[in-house]
Amino acid sequence: MLKISNVTMKFGGVVAVNNFTANINKGEIVGLIGPNGAGKTTVFNVVTGVYKPTEGQVLFNSGDEKVISTLRPDEIAYLGVCRTFQNIRLFKELSVLDNVFIGGHLRLKSNVFSSILRLPSYNREEKEMLEKSNYLLEKVGLYGERNEKAFSLPYGKQRRLEIARALATDPKLLLLDEPAAGMNPQETGELMEFISVIKEEFDLTIFLIEHHMEVVMGICEKIYVLDHGTLIAEGNPEEIQNDSKVIEAYLGVD
Amino acid sequence: MNKEFLQHMANGISLGSLYALIAIGYTMVYGILRLINFAHGDIFMLGVYLTFYGITYTSIPWYIVFILASVITGFLGVTLERLAYKPLRGSPRITILISAIGASFLLQNAGVLVFGGRPKAFPTPEVFNKVISIGEISVALVNFIIPIVTLILLVILNFFIQKTRTGMAMRALSKDYEAASLMGIDINNTISITFFIGSFLAAVGGIMWGIKYPQLMPHMGVLPGLKCFIAAVIGGIGSISGAVLGGFILGLGEILLIAFLPSLTGYRDAFAFILLIIILLVKPTGLMGEKIAEKV
Amino acid sequence: MKKNTVFNIILIALVLGILILMNVFLDNYKVTVINLCGIYIILALSMNLINGFTGLFSLGHAGFMAIGAYTVAILTMPVATKEMNFYMKPMVPFLLNLNMPFIFALISGGLMAALFGFLIGAPVLKLTDDYLAIATLGFSEIIRIVIVNLQSITNGSLGLKGIPKLTINNKPNLLWSWGIAILIIVFMNVLMKGSYGKAFKAIREDEIAARSMGINLFKHKVLSFTIGSFLAGIGGGLLATSLGTIDPTQFKFALTFNILLMVVLGGMGNINGNVVSAIVITIAMEALRFLDEPINLGFTVTSALPGLRMVVFSLILMLVVIFKKDGFVKNTLEKVRGKYAKN
Repeated sequence: MLKISNVTMKFGGVVAVNNFTANINKGEIVGLIGPNGAGKTTVFNVVTGVYKPTEGQVLFNSGDEKVISTLRPDEIAYLGVCRTFQNIRLFKELSVLDNVFIGGHLRLKSNVFSSILRLPSYNREEKEMLEKSNYLLEKVGLYGERNEKAFSLPYGKQRRLEIARALATDPKLLLLDEPAAGMNPQETGELMEFISVIKEEFDLTIFLIEHHMEVVMGICEKIYVLDHGTLIAEGNPEEIQNDSKVIEAYLGVD
Repeated sequence: MNKEFLQHMANGISLGSLYALIAIGYTMVYGILRLINFAHGDIFMLGVYLTFYGITYTSIPWYIVFILASVITGFLGVTLERLAYKPLRGSPRITILISAIGASFLLQNAGVLVFGGRPKAFPTPEVFNKVISIGEISVALVNFIIPIVTLILLVILNFFIQKTRTGMAMRALSKDYEAASLMGIDINNTISITFFIGSFLAAVGGIMWGIKYPQLMPHMGVLPGLKCFIAAVIGGIGSISGAVLGGFILGLGEILLIAFLPSLTGYRDAFAFILLIIILLVKPTGLMGEKIAEKV
Repeated sequence: MKKNTVFNIILIALVLGILILMNVFLDNYKVTVINLCGIYIILALSMNLINGFTGLFSLGHAGFMAIGAYTVAILTMPVATKEMNFYMKPMVPFLLNLNMPFIFALISGGLMAALFGFLIGAPVLKLTDDYLAIATLGFSEIIRIVIVNLQSITNGSLGLKGIPKLTINNKPNLLWSWGIAILIIVFMNVLMKGSYGKAFKAIREDEIAARSMGINLFKHKVLSFTIGSFLAGIGGGLLATSLGTIDPTQFKFALTFNILLMVVLGGMGNINGNVVSAIVITIAMEALRFLDEPINLGFTVTSALPGLRMVVFSLILMLVVIFKKDGFVKNTLEKVRGKYAKN
């Protein structure tokens, strides 16, 4: 479904990602791990179009295969690739409900005139968007707080709201950037279950960055390990756990 | 034709020098605070008026008045920063920009209130009116003095920025504000000195402006202010040599435009804005600016 | 929802009734000021859409108003009046003979401003924050300079005199300015509650997140900017008919400043706050005219103090920005509401 082929990303003289290749098949949960500063988020930024890769390309297949590394972020989102952010980027001053509602805006067919004139076609679409937003909020357990402002939510709930907002865009591939950051073991357990549930329900493929090893090892079928921008290992959790290079990279950091 | 061209060049260079002096204040402040100091043009205006009053109402020799007025204007710039910008440090950039716009209107209208709205004539000391002839071209002395004074000030400024501790602190702040503030640089002090230098240079520019174009009005700082900001953007905002380059491009461009395409004289003031928009679209970082990567 | 709609309709009817009464019973000066209030509501809201809701800091408002004002003036002035105005250089014959009813002229004014908004916005909106501010300010000045120089179309710096006014009993007809203002208040509410309005707000909140959620930043920014320019053109057109005289110096940056004052005091992104602040500031600007004139302190009379009024307003703007981040009116309204709720 997603092919990252020989992607290199340089900033000035700094090589953040070096000749990275990865392959994600439909329905998989794939992990991307590595020490801090290994270039994981840069990979996400390349996939979602925030950065244009210096070399290499990214291909996405949802029916027919397309090169997406030349597209804008919003075009990539429209094709069905959506993400959450490591340092949470909600629309802070807007309500929880509006945050999710806005996630659905890209699928809106009505133009601005029918929106202003409140034509029946627009009203119907808006009603559907609202119903869907409410459904997603129930799903992530935030329905009760739908009228609160996003910034007033506690940290863990903000993370869940980001996932709900991303789901509202109807993604086929969901990129989660450290979804369990700052969560306690119990919350982490719930999150893992939640990821499996949404994966089934929305027929998702998931690509995630995570530091909590129990999450990665617990739910990922395939794992890529980056160190200093270079791929040092790939394989299933068992293979990764026994890989000498991976152990070295992590111990070296500690 | 050749003679005429040289005369226009002399005129353009002196106008360009003035733009450069004022543009430095914009670029230094922007480099550190990421703020368009909208009131900078009005600080320039205050410098000119201070000189006017000093010469007209005191018996202090004009050269002392020039220096005093420039220093006082420097302190006025520092005061402006303390009152209007410092309380907003860390607020969204737009908020500070609004405060700057407010400060600009405040100074203009306070100018109308205190100095009167009617134009005043700048009391140019006799020396400057002398006309100098070199070969075929004859130019007012002031057109020679302006580039020379500018050059001297630029050399001193360059020394200050490159060699002194405060200069290094300024460079560090404009490179990476947060890192520099963690390194124990006295931010308040450095910013105050930046405003002092910028306002001082604006006042020097203003006095020479008054000699070249001897008419004073409370709103006289608005247009030169905007143009000099544009000069700073053209050169690459944050870069002092860029501001100087931008000032000369703008000054020469304006003078040569009206000299050789007289039918466009009415569009003289639009020239700067058109240049600005072209630069922003083609090379938003300016001719000598550095590209800053977006953080996600 | 339904209850709200009924309430709003009653409110609008009530306001229209009061306007008619004011039109009948108040003197010409007061009606003129109230008329201006309506126009400034439109202008404040149009800037609020761009600056407050979409987070694009544009300072080009005066330029779009000028386009609307000149379009309306040229399209409504009778041929004879135009001939009298253009004594320095004759007007282009095509425009000289062009004439249409006010409402069509006003819509044309809005559309012209929108067209320029679109043409200017398309390149400029790629810029952010203060670069956008200075570029839009630049365009607004360019528009003004072009107006000064296109003498055979705009009469240059001489301006246009004798623009037909919309009067009733020799007083400004409040139903025009306020009717359109109310229409635009409703429009803004509907727009901002809908999907497009929310997308605008998302862009203001976080551009990076917004585009990652599939919002085409450029398209939405241009959309907001064009609609805002349209409304500014409408406001400018109404201003032209209510003043009866326009010239390029009216459309300097100071005009943009006045509207910015209203938007900031009323709260960026706050419709009701902006309506209140537009009314309060318009009335205050008139009421405080005495500040510029000699003041009788009882024991002595000061000499005229031109500039004092604008000193006061610039100070208010700065103090509000420095001490109250989200707009003075909004905070005050919230305080009042808080008290109300406690009782």
